[in-house]
Amino acid sequence: MGRTLAEKVWEQHVVRRAEGEPDLLYIDLHLIHEVTSPQAFDGLRMANRPIRRPELTIATEDHNVPTVRGPIDDPVSRVQVETLRKNCAEFGVRLYPMGDAGQGVVHIIGPQFGLTQPGMTIVCGDSHTSTHGAFGGIAFGIGTSEVEHVLATQTLPAYRPKTMAIEVSGELPTGVTAKDLILAIIAKIGTGGGQGYIVEYRGEAIRRLSMEGRMTVCNMSIEAGARAGLIAPDETTFEYLKGRPHAPSGADWDAAVAYWKTLVTDEDAAFDTVVEIDASTLTPFVTWGTNPGQGAPLGTSVPRPEDTGDPAAAARALEYMGLTAGTPLREVQVDTVFVGSCTNGRLEDLRAAADVLRGRQVVTRTLIVPGSMLVKLQAEQEGLHEVFKNAGAEWREAGCSMCLGMNPDTLAPGERSASTSNRNFEGRQGKGGRTHLVSPQVAAATAVTGKLTAPADLPADLPAGL
Amino acid sequence: MEAFVTHTGRAVPLRRSNVDTDQIIPAVWLKQVSRTGFEKGLFSAWREDPDFVLNNPAHEGATILLAGPDFGTGSSREHAVWALQQYGFRVVIAARFADIFRNNSTKMGLLPVVLPGETVEALQAAVEADPTLEITVDLAERQVRWGGESVAFEIDDYTRWRLMEGLDDIGLTLRNADAIGTYENGRQPWLPTTV
Ligand code: SF4
Repeated sequence: MGRTLAEKVWEQHVVRRAEGEPDLLYIDLHLIHEVTSPQAFDGLRMANRPIRRPELTIATEDHNVPTVRGPIDDPVSRVQVETLRKNCAEFGVRLYPMGDAGQGVVHIIGPQFGLTQPGMTIVCGDSHTSTHGAFGGIAFGIGTSEVEHVLATQTLPAYRPKTMAIEVSGELPTGVTAKDLILAIIAKIGTGGGQGYIVEYRGEAIRRLSMEGRMTVCNMSIEAGARAGLIAPDETTFEYLKGRPHAPSGADWDAAVAYWKTLVTDEDAAFDTVVEIDASTLTPFVTWGTNPGQGAPLGTSVPRPEDTGDPAAAARALEYMGLTAGTPLREVQVDTVFVGSCTNGRLEDLRAAADVLRGRQVVTRTLIVPGSMLVKLQAEQEGLHEVFKNAGAEWREAGCSMCLGMNPDTLAPGERSASTSNRNFEGRQGKGGRTHLVSPQVAAATAVTGKLTAPADLPADLPAGL
Repeated sequence: MEAFVTHTGRAVPLRRSNVDTDQIIPAVWLKQVSRTGFEKGLFSAWREDPDFVLNNPAHEGATILLAGPDFGTGSSREHAVWALQQYGFRVVIAARFADIFRNNSTKMGLLPVVLPGETVEALQAAVEADPTLEITVDLAERQVRWGGESVAFEIDDYTRWRLMEGLDDIGLTLRNADAIGTYENGRQPWLPTTV
């Protein structure tokens, strides 16, 4: 019988297999940031262990960094960033520090440099490592103990997860994005639906997505509880990779592409679970609750708890969110709009937001935070920063920013955001803050009206300042 | 890692589903570079509510957390495990755990026990009725016992062995350094390096 893509990649990386034990899996690329690594480096030092393959390791500063130019004011954040610098210098790890042209959110810079390639195993002490699966590898988040393990051994012991296919047929309607698709998938299978699985996203709608869109989808696999999410590589993938600094070149490129083309699920392979979704039925999707599975089409209303799968959780969420069942989602007033994060902080996302904001004015506090300094540069070369500034939005430096509020970009208690990030957990964007997850298009349109809004709801000739 | 064979203690019922690691330990607590002091951050936002179950003096000194389904979702932060352990928990019992949280727990010696939802709810009710109820979690026998009751739980042999011996994974893996070297010699030449 044939094998799935996930099985092929997994098998390719098994260093050792023994009866009754987890497989020992080789790790091709290890990404590091300042938050989940300091205790791992301490562990190495205590045991007097070196990093086995520093040249398969890369570090960036992203979670704590301010998005306005200047030093880090918070002394605790500063120590954490300085600790990463010291550790990288001591152990010989390549670091992209604040201010460097290569700095950015960890899951943005891997693909941007061409370090993320089909068929690889990639880990990071960060759950959104699933992003990198968009290139057809196995990429997953790990905790600090496992970070230390990978640093010391370049391997991880792990049981192979089960396989799930999410078949997305049809075509996404105009104005419906990869973000809407993944939010709809999570609402359908639930935050625990993917537990114990590697998800392969398949079907026509997936094939039509750009690499940016595929990354948005794979990024949020973890919000459905999945260990990892991946998409088979194809011409879109090769096209994206070609010419990037760390992508193969010359004869290596041809050899690599020949191998990458074998990275597809065989016709006769069987998945442990199959979920089907028709993309053509989807509309812009937003969350109303405090986990990413609590979402609904923008055109509907805040649900009654008893109509949801988990009424107690929904009632609690509505109370936290300050929402009343039956309120049309389009009437929910928002104070802040955040466009950014490893979910939607890439150039394509910024272009989409700029297309909505061009010639219009925002009425909310609006933060536009590029996912990396390169994205920032490219956006500025296209003049997107002018569009944002002219609309009254703030154009910032790269970082995680309001996605998790470890830097000064936070919501005040009770404040409500429309955010292109990935988590609407209680207090995620600042203690007491209320988050609605949306696409970049919906975020931008919401900034214009101050209520959850899709671009299609905006009058074409909306006067400036409305 | 501290070995885990069997543990008897009192429990706290946390009747909430989908408790994500941002709730277990909010991000502001993650700025520290040490491995200690995280107990103060455990459920810090929820603990501001005097009615939150951890603030109930009847549960003081409890070492077993009886959680709702899908415990530990979201962020991979191992700080969530450290916070639970440093607060005094040795075991979390739930119907379902998020994968990364469960992995992190077993690396640190915090035992995640999966029991059917109805059993967890029965345990929560029993503890709510009598907070002094002692629960035994026996990893050797793969059993949870309380009052006159006893239920079995599943855990794979390898993880159970590691937990019972308190073994360090890195040390175990380094015994296979030769196999890692052999594998490395066969890697494709085009695979990227970060230098
Ligand atoms: S942007 Fe948000 S989700 Fe992504 S790595 Fe940063 S904090 Fe994590």
